[in-house]
Amino acid sequence: MITIGHILSRIKSGESSAVQEVEAALERAKAHASYHALLELTPERALERAKLVDEGALTGKLAGVPFVVKDNFLAFGAPTTAASNMLRNFDAPYQATVVEKLEQEGAICIGKSNLDAFAHGGSTENSAFGPTNNAIDTTRVAGGSSGGSAVVTALDIVPFALGSDTGGSIRQPASFNGVYGIKPTYGTASRYGVVAMASSTDTMGCFAHTAEDTALVMGVMAGRDSKDMTSLPDFFDGSIHPMNPMKIGIIKETMDNSVDESVRAVTNTYADTLRAAGHTVEEVSLPIVNHALAMYYIIIPAEVSSNLARYDGVRYGHRSEAAKTLAEVYSLSRAEGFMSENKRRILIGSFVLSQGFFDAYYLQAQKARTLLIQGFEKLFETYDALLTPTAAAPAFKLGENTEDPLKMYMTDVMTVPASLAGLPAISVPAGTNEQGLPIGVQLVGPLQSDNTLLSLAASVEEPRS
Amino acid sequence: MTHITASVVQQLAALSAISLDDNEVESMRQELGKIFEYIAQLQELDTSAVEPTYQVGWVGTAMRSDEVAESLGREKLLSLAPSAKDNQIKVPKVL
Repeated sequence: MITIGHILSRIKSGESSAVQEVEAALERAKAHASYHALLELTPERALERAKLVDEGALTGKLAGVPFVVKDNFLAFGAPTTAASNMLRNFDAPYQATVVEKLEQEGAICIGKSNLDAFAHGGSTENSAFGPTNNAIDTTRVAGGSSGGSAVVTALDIVPFALGSDTGGSIRQPASFNGVYGIKPTYGTASRYGVVAMASSTDTMGCFAHTAEDTALVMGVMAGRDSKDMTSLPDFFDGSIHPMNPMKIGIIKETMDNSVDESVRAVTNTYADTLRAAGHTVEEVSLPIVNHALAMYYIIIPAEVSSNLARYDGVRYGHRSEAAKTLAEVYSLSRAEGFMSENKRRILIGSFVLSQGFFDAYYLQAQKARTLLIQGFEKLFETYDALLTPTAAAPAFKLGENTEDPLKMYMTDVMTVPASLAGLPAISVPAGTNEQGLPIGVQLVGPLQSDNTLLSLAASVEEPRS
Repeated sequence: MTHITASVVQQLAALSAISLDDNEVESMRQELGKIFEYIAQLQELDTSAVEPTYQVGWVGTAMRSDEVAESLGREKLLSLAPSAKDNQIKVPKVL
């Protein structure tokens, strides 16, 4: 396992240089090309920046540390495609704020990772460029939508990678590949320069091997950005704190018989580990979570249909060569540029927002969201954090769910509640099933308790080599 | 299963400005029917006592001083357009 600390200390001691670290990461990426976790490498820009670090012209908390961005973050060095035909040749005119912030601290982006096109999906099979294989079992999915970033971290190509999480797109692939993944409190890090999916739940986070590395990276990414008016003043200090005994609730509705036995066993073992460390863990009930997936698949498609209206074949992105009229520029460019799942979500959004259905679907879902938030608030009066599985089962087989969109949506069932409520949630690698497939557990806390969740995970983290 | 007809799918496609072929219309018809049936479960919930939440953690509309600042520039943005001429984006005729 390669951590940020390993790389920083090797560079500091002179054992290696930033250029050597970047070259080594690029070599590891090439050696693992068969996983199809990366869409493009950016060696030229990466090595240029590594030289600046070695010359002392670029310094910072992450000086010389290679990383990977999910290819929906606008970043220089190669096109920003969102794994779609729509943006196949899109050269970003500027970089995402969080990418800029990481670069200011000397981190070096070596490439762009695969995702479900426009981050719509839970397996990375909806990529216009083909799926990514799971890091542990190549016959299985990487999870998604940030599948590529989870896999490059799990394969030790880089010590951290960026992802976006709208309903579980960081946490679920983190669970499927055995790494940490954080969906911070809504507004923790700027959304500016990231291809928008659903603006009311889009969050920017990362994958890493330890709670400490996760905190360090999020600490750099966090903070108010004048270009994203939902971004919060920086509350994230990026370090791990000693923990006092905490009171933790296991949400019983997430532990019923529909959840894989191995997942329940790992979650219960994690609860025991927390107890052994002096924390109290009790079963709690939050019945409204059973409705969260239905809320999610109303609210998110509604926002998707609005956000993806910008892809009209006019200002940037794909324009159909067959279009003869302006109306055809729109309808054919969108037909050719979007994947089936993108179209499906846009159509669902158009349905729930249309006259006659708006109150019954969209408005009702936003009211139900209030009930969900109230349910969480009530639990947080008594409990400091909540524990659930991250996903109901370990990684599924490639192709297993592609014919049934609703079944694919069900894989988000554990992660969407925190997204709808804006709460911080992390997936912690906590064990494996009998076949060795990774299983993650999810810790969810009150708004802005991100540091506490990572510190809690760190307090029971096994020392790793 | 919620019954969705092909014409409903076509209407949604028109609202969404996406052209669908006949096969896509048929598969969307079946899939959307199942999805709409699933999400209709929310109608069971009593939400009469609550207001909708459109945005979590809303910090209010941000204000900034009205000062001239650097922007990306016309040339750079026009270079992204599929077709441009005379400093403008070009599209087929509307009528």
